[in-house]
Amino acid sequence: MASIRYSQKGMATEPNAAAKKDSQQGFLYLPLIAGWLVPGAGHFLLHKWGRGALLAASILSMFVLGLAMQGKLYGGAHDVLDMLGLAGDLGNGLLYFVSRFLGLGADQVMVTTADYGTRFIVVSGLLNVIAAVDAHNLRTGRKS
Amino acid sequence: MFKPSHFAAVVLFALFASVVFGITQRETPRRMIRYGIYCFVLFVGSAIVLSWVMFLIAR
Repeated sequence: MASIRYSQKGMATEPNAAAKKDSQQGFLYLPLIAGWLVPGAGHFLLHKWGRGALLAASILSMFVLGLAMQGKLYGGAHDVLDMLGLAGDLGNGLLYFVSRFLGLGADQVMVTTADYGTRFIVVSGLLNVIAAVDAHNLRTGRKS
Repeated sequence: MFKPSHFAAVVLFALFASVVFGITQRETPRRMIRYGIYCFVLFVGSAIVLSWVMFLIAR
């Protein structure tokens, strides 16, 4: 009597296919929007816990350190550089809006470390946008 | 107020940016770690090299 063999490929793909099908349900842009509003949330929605935690820790740390260095939160666009800074800051999503509401961050850059802090806040916003787009790529299946 | 030195700020910046680059730009965990380390070394290394270049130009 011939024995039945199960291929590793078949055994490995079945649970993944079920998980993938599960993560494909719902609004297509939800991970993108959630990832923008809250760092790492897009990955958490897709059950990528490790990646989401590392992204959230990195982006949150960068933003908080930027504020701790008395970095400036851009509030308006008076010239082109301000506009670019505001675009970067907006990438932080809710972190930016809550910080603005609480009056955190400096209005004027007075010391060198405040200049570093301003860059930290802008770059954390840009990194958050990259992370949110990555979550969207995971959601659409463009990335595994 | 947190007041890091310029080098400490560079290292922190490189660390956080490398983690995000590693996770988002590669697919497998092994390649993510390798790319993250590569980015970190490039960030810090280029900062050190450019610092020496500026130091020598300013003399």
